[in-house]
Amino acid sequence: MEAAAGQSAGRWWWGRVPPQQRVAFLAMLVFFLAAPAVIYPVFLMKVMCFALFACAFNLLLGYVGLLSFGHAMFLGTAGYTAAHAAKVWGLTPELAILAGAAASCVLGLVSGLIAIRRQGIYFAMITLALAQMVYFFCVQVPFTHGEDGIQAVPRGSLFGIIDLSNVAAMYATVFVIFFASFLLIYRVIHSPFGQVLKAIRENEPRAISLGYDVDRYKLLAFVLSATLSGVAGAVNALVFQLAALNAVYWTMSGEVVLMTLVGGLGTIFGPVVGALVVIAMENYLAQLGAWVTIVQGIVFVVCVLTFRRGIIGELGRVLKKAL
Amino acid sequence: MTEIFGIPTQALFGQLLIGLINGSFYALLSLGLAIIFGLLNIINFAHGAQYMMGAFCAWFLLNKLGVSYWWALALAPIVVGATGMVIERLMLARLYKLDHLYGLLLTFGLALIIQGLFRHEFGSTGLPYPMPKLLEGGQNLGFMFLPNYRAWVVAFSVAVCIVTWFTIEKTKLGSYLRAATENPQLVQAFGINVPRMVTLTYGFGVGLAALAGVMAAPIYSVNPLMGEHLIIVVFAVVVIGGMGSIMGSIVTGFVLGLVEGLTKVFYPEASNTVIFIIMAIVLMIRPAGLFGTQK
Repeated sequence: MEAAAGQSAGRWWWGRVPPQQRVAFLAMLVFFLAAPAVIYPVFLMKVMCFALFACAFNLLLGYVGLLSFGHAMFLGTAGYTAAHAAKVWGLTPELAILAGAAASCVLGLVSGLIAIRRQGIYFAMITLALAQMVYFFCVQVPFTHGEDGIQAVPRGSLFGIIDLSNVAAMYATVFVIFFASFLLIYRVIHSPFGQVLKAIRENEPRAISLGYDVDRYKLLAFVLSATLSGVAGAVNALVFQLAALNAVYWTMSGEVVLMTLVGGLGTIFGPVVGALVVIAMENYLAQLGAWVTIVQGIVFVVCVLTFRRGIIGELGRVLKKAL
Repeated sequence: MTEIFGIPTQALFGQLLIGLINGSFYALLSLGLAIIFGLLNIINFAHGAQYMMGAFCAWFLLNKLGVSYWWALALAPIVVGATGMVIERLMLARLYKLDHLYGLLLTFGLALIIQGLFRHEFGSTGLPYPMPKLLEGGQNLGFMFLPNYRAWVVAFSVAVCIVTWFTIEKTKLGSYLRAATENPQLVQAFGINVPRMVTLTYGFGVGLAALAGVMAAPIYSVNPLMGEHLIIVVFAVVVIGGMGSIMGSIVTGFVLGLVEGLTKVFYPEASNTVIFIIMAIVLMIRPAGLFGTQK
């Protein structure tokens, strides 16, 4: 058995995944496959979009130790680009999503080049300021339609064949994109590249003295995180057939921090659970107006003061396993 | 009417004055942030909310207790500063041993709570706050009309900034503070109560924000969201100036206010973003900020 596992490890990475993570992964798979039977599918699609967003964000905060307070700019930019591509240029959904991701990738490269020049708290303030700049840009340029946003975005037909106005088809598309991106992130975290990222998180000067070009690694991680956030934003825009200003606003950047914090910083499955919890909370509190903000603030304070490992982090600690 | 670069002087000086007013608020807020960061190593995300609390405090004092603007100018910073000190004792004090990012996250949460509560209570429309009687009207300077209240805001902010700078850089009390910023353990060993100093420093920084809020109340209406955008701009100001120097954050605040005002005259489309653009340029050329030193 041992030998077989070792052999398969070389060819197929599933063999190298620790058992508890296999279980967690399968549980997540089953949940998102079975849940549409009992839970409103659009809600689940939103959860998957934000879970991907939070996972992409966690790649940066949890594994490189960079707190970006401006990730909404990637979500929003990609949303606007995808919506514009689908509605005005008439592109098919897969091309619209690619266009959105590409826009976020470029934005990630530019903002990353500026932001990685400082660390820690400064990094957070710089990304926040850059995101606010993008927000004002989106308010002013005509193609975003200001306060109205881009409405009635056509979902179109995937590859020109599969009609996505069908909820089941849309759900399957979101499902596949979410799991593919999740596996990509998992693979990145466990690659030699991911190991270097963790080394930078733990001790940046030492990583530099070992000869790693730290800035290049950080920039690459930042661009990757931005691009995947862009995928999430583009898919989200297609699901809701809407690209609006709230996706670019700083409160959205705060929300993704909250999701990651609630679920567990630097855990693999934490951001997914965090996204589920935060989105569910918002849904229940939506009719109470300002209370959403108040409750989010309270959760922030409580998490920081007493629950810093998050749900999955605490679970992992109890089980003594990395999740 | 005289013109400079095709812009009527009236409009130019008017915008410069608005820029100077905004610059006063940037300076007061970034000064508070810099002082807090120096000793606590925490970026106070609730600073914008506390600025807003200052304005609301003044509004309460006037409308519920009939306390005038002049008293509010002294009372509101004390009240809001005191709430700040309670927050520091109860919450922030538990985070000093952790990564500094947790302080940012905690104060972000506090900002959400404070802004949410005020929005729930007062909605998003502003409440009017009357100009103090003494400062109504204005002076005609020949090239522009100068409202008395605005002149007062600029003059008083400059005075507060200079007094703060003097206290920190030139007095015995300030020397304790600077020493504790360098090496808190050593200062503690000399018999100075550093935790109490930290609490008072946070209270003072918050008080400065509240003071700015009181001054802003008659100009902008008192609004739960008034600090929301401002704090992000102030963050950019702080990044541009670098938080190492007290005078640096004061000067950067005023100068950037003026630059923003000038942008409104010459290229209004960019007036919201010009400070962020300057921040990006400064980061490319001098990552530590104009007055900062790279550690």
